[in-house]
Amino acid sequence: MPESNGHSDPGMSYDATPEWLRGGGEAGDVVLSSRVRIARNIVGFPFMSRASETDRKQVLELCRKQILGSADGPLLFLDLHGTSQFERLLLTERQLISRQHSKGKAGCPGRGGPDVPRGVAISLPGERVSIMVNEEDHLRMQVISVGLALGKTLEQVDLIDDRLEEGLTYAFSPRFGYQTACPTNVGTGVRFGVMLHLPALRMTGQLDKVRRAAGDMSLAVRGFFGEGSEALGDFYQLSNQTTLGKSEQMLLHDLNNEILPAVIEYERGERKRLMDRRRSTIEDAVGRALGVLRNARLLTTEEAMQNLSMIRLGLVLDLIGGMDEPDINQLMLRAQPGHLQHTLGRELSQSERRVERANLMRRRVASLGFSA
Amino acid sequence: MLCECGKNEATIHEVVIKHGKKFEKHLCEECAAKHGIKISPQIPTGELLAKYVLSKTASPTTTVSCPTCGLTFAEFKQTELLGCPSCYRTFEDKLGPLLERTHEGGTHHVGKVPRHALERSRLAGASGTLDELLGDAEEQAQRLTALRRRLDEAVASERFELAAQLRDEIQRTGDGGAHAPHA
Repeated sequence: MPESNGHSDPGMSYDATPEWLRGGGEAGDVVLSSRVRIARNIVGFPFMSRASETDRKQVLELCRKQILGSADGPLLFLDLHGTSQFERLLLTERQLISRQHSKGKAGCPGRGGPDVPRGVAISLPGERVSIMVNEEDHLRMQVISVGLALGKTLEQVDLIDDRLEEGLTYAFSPRFGYQTACPTNVGTGVRFGVMLHLPALRMTGQLDKVRRAAGDMSLAVRGFFGEGSEALGDFYQLSNQTTLGKSEQMLLHDLNNEILPAVIEYERGERKRLMDRRRSTIEDAVGRALGVLRNARLLTTEEAMQNLSMIRLGLVLDLIGGMDEPDINQLMLRAQPGHLQHTLGRELSQSERRVERANLMRRRVASLGFSA
Repeated sequence: MLCECGKNEATIHEVVIKHGKKFEKHLCEECAAKHGIKISPQIPTGELLAKYVLSKTASPTTTVSCPTCGLTFAEFKQTELLGCPSCYRTFEDKLGPLLERTHEGGTHHVGKVPRHALERSRLAGASGTLDELLGDAEEQAQRLTALRRRLDEAVASERFELAAQLRDEIQRTGDGGAHAPHA
């Protein structure tokens, strides 16, 4: 059951827009959000795959106590095994927990399930911080910021890590660094993730180049919901794969000084080229998206996201007006199956969702139109 | 193009050349499954590489299991998850090449060290704990060697920015190892 840490009852509102979707921020035309996630394990306990029910309960209690006791602002702690599948879906769509954590299967291959003792702490309001307990690792803490802000975000998650370490002893070795269940995270245990909006690179067929270049630099290109997810609406998450042998600052430096400026400029360059030389192509794509969202009677999540992506591009390029970028970001969240059902206040079948999603879009984008 | 069943779009196309004759099959996923054609999704390069390395490093004769949690390397190969922190020591030899390939040649940790644990051990003056955190002399030496090797590689491939970072890192490691990421 939810538990807060004494800082005035925070309460979770699924109607609110998480801070990272509120728009603006540095390089906000291309970068939606910056995320830094740290993986840690507690000494004296096996990793999740070998942990008994008692181990898991103990880890959960130890972490809960330390998380609630060390936070410097309102924090909500949810025992996920006590929540409904629907609530976990909402948390997943808000990117506060992973899909695996929602199912209770992270770190428990072939077993696990909704009853695995596990939890998540969420900072409120804003939901910038989330700390998963008993995911693949005992602790997975993340901070998400709007726009390009990896340095600041790393500082914040680093501070949370220090506060938790004050009362918990981490599994650490000089050679391997912070020991994690999967050797792909060992070392710093740090994963940087930047959510990029790359519609122009997709339109001009340059995405494969970005993927190849990212691969050459040991970066992973993932979809909207991270690992194992598909690209939705031209949103791609770029994240580091190396965690051993490179310090947090070295990784940050590589991303901030080499990789990200190049990708951002590449997307901006293609946008400009489209506007200068193929303006009708881009106007047509934005206009069609507007047409679909205004008139469609059935919309899948993917279709809604794809068309909202073009609307976002149209707004950024001042081709259309009448709404702000945060409104579009919010609609992307509302288009997801869980949030759509939450907005309507009832359970919907897949086919009902398509109808209601189209209804919602028609209502919300009515004020959008081409700029004079 | 339609599948042989005439219902769905054919998405799997099989061409077999037998005795110099070409046989083509155009099937939907459902019919392909019935024909026993297995469609596996694309495997990410990292995973492919990890599997390759694991297959190369597996030892068929001896079964070593972790003294702390009982995990065997064969079990790790199946799930790609270790059982406890001690597994890193137990399977150090086998994990080494895998780690090196997964982490761009990285073999030793560089970066943050648990601050409070370090502080506590400094206050207590317990050199044992300090060694545990920072590594004993041998581990420091190994770390330095690994960093120096990467520095050579960085210079050879003219990645001067990385080289400068590595030089700083070497200096710090030589000075006593521990440093914070924001130091």
